Amino acid sequence: MQIHDNPTLKAEARNLNFFYGEAKALKNINMPIYDKKVTALIGPSGCGKSTYLRSFNRMHDLYPGNRYEGEIRFYPDNTNLLSPEVDPIEVRMRVGMVFQKPNPFPKSIYENVAYGLRVRGENNKRVLDDKVEHALKGGALWEEVKDRLNDLASNLSGGQQQRLCIARALATDPELLLFDEPTSALDPIATGAIEELVHELKKRVTILIVTHNMQQAARVSDYTAYMYLGEMIEFGKTDEIFIKPSDKRTEDYITGRMG
Amino acid sequence: MHHKSLTNEQVRTLIAKGKLKDTLFQALGIIFLAIGLVVIFLLVSDMIMRGSERLNLEFFTNFASRRASQAGILSAWVGSLLVMTVTAFAAVPLGVAAGVYLEEYAKRNWVTEVIEINITNLAAVPSIVYGLLSLGIFVYAFGFGQSILTAGLTLALLILPIVIVSTREAIRAIPAMIREGSMAVGATRWQTCRYHIIPYAMPGILTGVIIGLARAIGETAPIITIGALTFIAFLPPLPFTEISPGVNAGLFDWLMSPFTVMPIQIFNWTSRPDPAFEVNAAAAGFVLMAMVLTMNGIAIWLRYKMRKNIKW
Repeated sequence: MQIHDNPTLKAEARNLNFFYGEAKALKNINMPIYDKKVTALIGPSGCGKSTYLRSFNRMHDLYPGNRYEGEIRFYPDNTNLLSPEVDPIEVRMRVGMVFQKPNPFPKSIYENVAYGLRVRGENNKRVLDDKVEHALKGGALWEEVKDRLNDLASNLSGGQQQRLCIARALATDPELLLFDEPTSALDPIATGAIEELVHELKKRVTILIVTHNMQQAARVSDYTAYMYLGEMIEFGKTDEIFIKPSDKRTEDYITGRMG
Repeated sequence: MHHKSLTNEQVRTLIAKGKLKDTLFQALGIIFLAIGLVVIFLLVSDMIMRGSERLNLEFFTNFASRRASQAGILSAWVGSLLVMTVTAFAAVPLGVAAGVYLEEYAKRNWVTEVIEINITNLAAVPSIVYGLLSLGIFVYAFGFGQSILTAGLTLALLILPIVIVSTREAIRAIPAMIREGSMAVGATRWQTCRYHIIPYAMPGILTGVIIGLARAIGETAPIITIGALTFIAFLPPLPFTEISPGVNAGLFDWLMSPFTVMPIQIFNWTSRPDPAFEVNAAAAGFVLMAMVLTMNGIAIWLRYKMRKNIKW
């Protein structure tokens, strides 16, 4: 057996249900997330893939009336991210997120990246400088912005803004990085740059990515999960899912007969 | 269902009819707009013309006097300025805190619902009612007397709803993705408010505050109710200056000083039998209006300056 056939678990959803008020949006999801791998979530609009993704950093806690059932186990410490005893802020300190539309703060490039560190009480200029540079390099943006770190982030192009948001998330060394359709607002060239970056990033962080673009899922991910109507229909290695899906519904979606 | 299609001829007549109404409505709009503007223009220019002979430096540096030609607005404009300062310092922290709490922290339930309705209602309460309230609470119960402090706090209550509502509207204009972006890196609600929500809402908040102050500076009824003097020939004590032999004023002594404000001075002059005072009233009216316009101008400038850097 090759070593990557036996990956370590980073997280695991166990009997996960989620409710927006009365409406059940996720139905009994069980799924492993492997360490330092890219896992793609695919499925038609409204299938619950973003809802599922946003459970990993407790984003739903920001809004009233949302409710989780079940667990998301996080390793190696085996914490249940959804436990009421676990502070969502602590969860977000460990799990970073990149959003659908680039959402840099209307501040300088530098302050955008430094924000997560400042929130953690880091005020030492030299430490901040160092980590900001490191994060921007991680976001493949350093070369483009190193001479204008004090410029407003809004002056960057859409693709640069999204890489800035990736750098912002990387600055605090998350263990798991969530991507919610990160390229849906970008042109093909910027999309290519982000995909390349995702490939690079999995060396240091576990990645869970929602995408409506199946080619993208095939290009960037090691594992793929197909979701439909709030259910996890199929999970497996990306090659296997795309070459010979075991569920008829997955096959229909992948071959474009549905969705 | 039977659809009958129109001939080209019929279509053209229809369009012509529609366009005629378009033109008519436009003309009507321009006429009404002109009526409004002309009336304002006439009022203002009449005031300037009648007051112009009194608009010189002495008018600003003289106290009220029995002789119209020597009477000035020194105590009135200083009073207005000081009262506005107190109002701003009281209304801004209270209003912004209330607005941020309601938008960012408060749970949506019937209690917040009742609070919200009441804030809207408060904005519609006649200003004299605030005057009566302050007379009871600030003047007598708290013993602040008929002072600058009392007047400032009264007007602060008056504009509090404006500040709260404009704070909330400014916060609502901030996209949810900014809030989520902040929370996603592990920020607390307060950190999100402190670093993002309040700074980005600031242009809107400041606009609301200045519009509120512009309203407050013209208020007469509540100030009369709390008992502001109409004839006053001294200034509030400047901090650390000698007020009586060997006694220096404290930093905040001016807060407890009697005072008058611009609208009261104007009201006082218009009620005099000597027509010469009407000139003073017109001149003071012009000054008051200039003060309000300046405040609005500052609001517009600040909003423009601050919004330049805030793009989503």
